Amino acid sequence: MAKPKVPATATVAPKSAKIVLRKPPECTCSQTGRRLKDARLEELTGLSQDRLVGMYRRMCLIREFEEECATLYRSGRVRGVTHTSQGQEATVVGTTWNLHDDDYITSTHRGHAHILAKGGDEKACMAELLGKATGYCKGRGGSMHIADMSKGILGANGIVAGGAGIAVGSALASQMLGNGRITVCFIGDGALNEGIAHEVANMAAIWKLPVIFLVENNLYGMSGCVDDMLAVGERGFFARSDAYGIPGSECDGMDVVDVFMAVGEAAERARGGGGPSFVFCHTYRFLGHHVGDPLTYRHKQEPGLWKKLDPIPKFGELLVQQAIATEKDVRTWGEEARKAIEEAVRFAEESPEPEPSLIMEDVFA
Amino acid sequence: MSATVDGDGAAKSGDEPRVMTYVQALNEGLRQEMTRDETVMIMGEDIAVWGGGGVFGVTRGLLDEFGPERVRDTPISENGFTGMALGAALTGLRPLVEYMYVDFSMFAMDQICNQAAKMRWMLTGKADVPLVIRTQEGAGRGNGPHHSQSLEALFAHIPGLKVVLPSTPYDAKGLLKTAIRDDNPVIFLEHKLLYGVKGVVPEDDYTVPFGEANVLREGRHVTCVGISVMNQAAVEAADILAREGIDLEVIDPRTLVPYDREAVATSLKKTGRLLVAHQAPERGGIAGEVISCALEDAFDYLDAPPMRVCGKNVPIPYNMALEASAVPQVEDIVSAARGLVRGVDLTVAA
Repeated sequence: MAKPKVPATATVAPKSAKIVLRKPPECTCSQTGRRLKDARLEELTGLSQDRLVGMYRRMCLIREFEEECATLYRSGRVRGVTHTSQGQEATVVGTTWNLHDDDYITSTHRGHAHILAKGGDEKACMAELLGKATGYCKGRGGSMHIADMSKGILGANGIVAGGAGIAVGSALASQMLGNGRITVCFIGDGALNEGIAHEVANMAAIWKLPVIFLVENNLYGMSGCVDDMLAVGERGFFARSDAYGIPGSECDGMDVVDVFMAVGEAAERARGGGGPSFVFCHTYRFLGHHVGDPLTYRHKQEPGLWKKLDPIPKFGELLVQQAIATEKDVRTWGEEARKAIEEAVRFAEESPEPEPSLIMEDVFA
Repeated sequence: MSATVDGDGAAKSGDEPRVMTYVQALNEGLRQEMTRDETVMIMGEDIAVWGGGGVFGVTRGLLDEFGPERVRDTPISENGFTGMALGAALTGLRPLVEYMYVDFSMFAMDQICNQAAKMRWMLTGKADVPLVIRTQEGAGRGNGPHHSQSLEALFAHIPGLKVVLPSTPYDAKGLLKTAIRDDNPVIFLEHKLLYGVKGVVPEDDYTVPFGEANVLREGRHVTCVGISVMNQAAVEAADILAREGIDLEVIDPRTLVPYDREAVATSLKKTGRLLVAHQAPERGGIAGEVISCALEDAFDYLDAPPMRVCGKNVPIPYNMALEASAVPQVEDIVSAARGLVRGVDLTVAA
């Protein structure tokens, strides 16, 4: 994966072209295995056993949330469109485990994971998905608009790359106020092609702002495969960070430790006044763009190949190998996550509907 | 457009009222607010170094006084720096952004309309968005189709944005200070023809509230609601009409969101006749909204169908005569007012 995605498969193929099977890279860019050869996970990461376990449990919580979200959508209880992120949990949790409570993130249309990983409340999230008065937005926003200012979550976003400016602006404020906070801008491979992504990356670089562009490369912007949609050169994704003179790194987005280490370096740079970074996380969404995606653009065997890299069992096994947890612990945490989400659904279902007469509240201060 | 139109500034200042231009008034308002509150900053293209502060001079001298962080020249990236100002507004600053021409705001419509306008409401009031977007609009200087539009109706259409159009130096300063202290996104639309207009502007720290119309000229026969620079034209028209015995009342709403519909209704109860003047194209322009409100509020008092004296539904041309033909002039207001009172015996009317 160190070798970028030069389109071996992509030419100017017509839409009817054969669907290409995009296998996970055989030799990933993950450094975790090599790094862990002679080291304990705690030493490598600097995280306590509790924090490591917390990573695992948060990934489980996100997975359960997303599975439930898909179920609720299919049963018609979640309206509109909803985007889930099964498969991308390591990318998200590996990132936010580097952040303090008062650091900021901006999220995307595929935002549930980001919010839960930054400490968002699964009950208020679930209630929002069901459009209830107890939801984060009192049912006004739905899946794509959840935010929690008290946790530094500056919002999911219904507009692709819509949060990039907000992210870099919060970094500008942090720099000017000297409060030491940093911002992670979650952004997808597809969003890198929006004009604002270029604009704010440029400004982040010229003003050395404390922001990390965390690129979740899940291969597809809706149906557009990154091989076909992202003009790069031999430097692959690094062409984008190179263009602004911003340090870039890449990591195995299916490996939470690898992500944690890569983002850790970027976070240290941001906190030390070294300015912005790009971290390219190569990951995969097991489901489609949204629940109900016809998936006509993706080879049927592809998700199966990527699911073999599922970051959750992988990290669970590592915790057991390192004697941080027993197999039973790991099973129990999975069950607890499922119960927490069941509880969130119950909370959401029992919550009151929002009052239509109150919709004019909060338009203005 | 050389008439000096005072707000109520004269009454509030000392023995010798201080006169300054609209640009100077804006500049003073900005300087006072930046001095008062360290979190106020301004960013935009060519606002800091160019000509000592801005293409039109609104930010003149501010770089020297407040430094390059708070008076920040940006790359040519309207959408980007608008988004950044929004992010900064959510996290502790009170930023202003400047677009050199309102036409350039089109680049930033996502950040203005999709993001800034909805943020507070979506977060159920748990976030303030103290963001001011300053720019100038309008025709009259031969700037051509990409530098002369009047886009206030576009912004007024989006829930969550306040829309402000000062027409006098007094209002320019007072409304700008109110905008900066407001916790909502404010679209602050100056007019390129007004920058040189002079008027009384007190030195003190005064503000002009949003949602309070200003009666620039009292009259009994016809109400003219003017938007931005058209208030200047309306006052000139009132002078001409006065010589014919026609009394034009000129009302500047000052802010379109919030909008002081009561002031217009009150005026109509006296005059019974309404015309609305703006440079923006007639179709979909704010005049339609002003008239709708008037019909809802004062239908029974109307003696004639309301009239629009607005821009043609065409891009703003470059050539001087063409440009003048595309937007309303003083004489258009005059003839519209004459039309509204034709056949009426003004010695007994109202």
